[in-house]
Amino acid sequence: MTDASRPAEAGTLALLVHRAGDDVAVAVRDTGPGQAAGAYLDSGNRFGLLVRTDVPLGHKVALRDLAEGEAVTEYGVPIGRTRCAISTGELVHTHNIRSVRWQSSV
Amino acid sequence: MAEQRLTGYRRPDGRVGIRNHVLVMSVDDLSNAAVESVAKAIPGVLALPHPYGRLQFGADLDLFFRTMIGTGANPNVAAAVVVGIEPAWTERLAAGIAETGKPVAGFSIERHGDLRTVEMAARQAAAMLQDASELAREPIERGELVMSIKCGESDTTSGLGANPATAQAVDRHVAAGGTVIFGETTELTGGEHLIAARCATEEVRKKFQAFFDAYLDLVERSGANLLGSQPTQGNIRGGLSTIEEKALGNIEKTGTAPVVDALAPAERPTRAGLNFMDTSCAAAEFITLTAAAGSVIHLFPTGQGNVVGHPVIPVIKISANPLTVSTMSEHVDLDVSGLLQLDYSVEAAGSRLETLIDRTVNGRLTCAEALGHREFALTRLHPSA
Repeated sequence: MTDASRPAEAGTLALLVHRAGDDVAVAVRDTGPGQAAGAYLDSGNRFGLLVRTDVPLGHKVALRDLAEGEAVTEYGVPIGRTRCAISTGELVHTHNIRSVRWQSSV
Repeated sequence: MAEQRLTGYRRPDGRVGIRNHVLVMSVDDLSNAAVESVAKAIPGVLALPHPYGRLQFGADLDLFFRTMIGTGANPNVAAAVVVGIEPAWTERLAAGIAETGKPVAGFSIERHGDLRTVEMAARQAAAMLQDASELAREPIERGELVMSIKCGESDTTSGLGANPATAQAVDRHVAAGGTVIFGETTELTGGEHLIAARCATEEVRKKFQAFFDAYLDLVERSGANLLGSQPTQGNIRGGLSTIEEKALGNIEKTGTAPVVDALAPAERPTRAGLNFMDTSCAAAEFITLTAAAGSVIHLFPTGQGNVVGHPVIPVIKISANPLTVSTMSEHVDLDVSGLLQLDYSVEAAGSRLETLIDRTVNGRLTCAEALGHREFALTRLHPSA
């Protein structure tokens, strides 16, 4: 079943955030350094963010500056802790956050 | 939303199926050659070979029989031929399936040899196939259907699109009086408190917590480092960074209904509503366990593109990843990638999924069925004797 209601042109949204208060947005298409348009899934509110790194489809970007060792929130719940300081607009992934439950894990 | 009349097969035990298979099942690895010969002779039957069934014992043997009997007893199965090396376990499997009242016949190879066994079993299978062909679909109620859900090769698009769409279908199925089974004990880690809080009673919460704690205990006692296993390499490539993030996306698909029971692997649910089952997260093992518990249809949200199917139950794939739906379209039953651009609401995606579920119930083949995906994977609890 194809998605017939989808416009032929690629959409303009680059980032989605699950909930107000989350520390990260998810890239819904490959996004490079530069200004990107985003929206919140819960409220539909739109925002702009200066993205500083390449953020591939499905990967996350920081919505605020995060200190080393700080909890990272997505879905309104902690998903891990930072390994180092992360600046607003930077890629957030296994290189700079890790599981709280399993510190030995990625 | 088009309201379709649902049809299915009402079995002698009162449960409702949506497919009409005649199974030829191996009791053990030694009988696979005979089972495959029967299926070659009688092409309309469904062969179910597997690598186990010898020298299993204890809880592992109990789970083996619960899974095999449950698979034969699944309402999508009209009749079953059972072939084993020796009579006792052959009879045990056949008798377990026969409790449903459906036609079952068992054949053991010792003192007959493969060739005589194949002939007897093939004659029986042909007769069952002809009888099953006369069973007619009849109107059924949505609430009579048991559904299972599990996502795979998940990525962040699962949590944003495919899982919320699935959650819509789950909530509607529960509201219609239906039964839904979810599980994936290991992939609740980091979000298990959210499931515990949704347990309908203290008794259910204790059962759930016991299953979860037993799993954590297993991981800790083994000293295992889940690095490289959870999240999987596919998950990480898709952008998932931690087990907690994966768990939260996973939990998104369970919707909002209370959890009415916590089931052992392959245990048949007795309460309508959303049931937790203690399972692995491996796709084929999961669906094998829930089909053995009586699920007749499975919803499978995927991010990076898992291709799993099952011999007995249709598996519907839902994906919101634009790359996956374009590069693996033959595997994706429902493309909800428009959710990532807010092109339509999650409720609208849920309605499209519900329409597809109804068509699948009424006989439309899923991608996995059309492609011949028939993964059947038995869960082992410990080594054989």
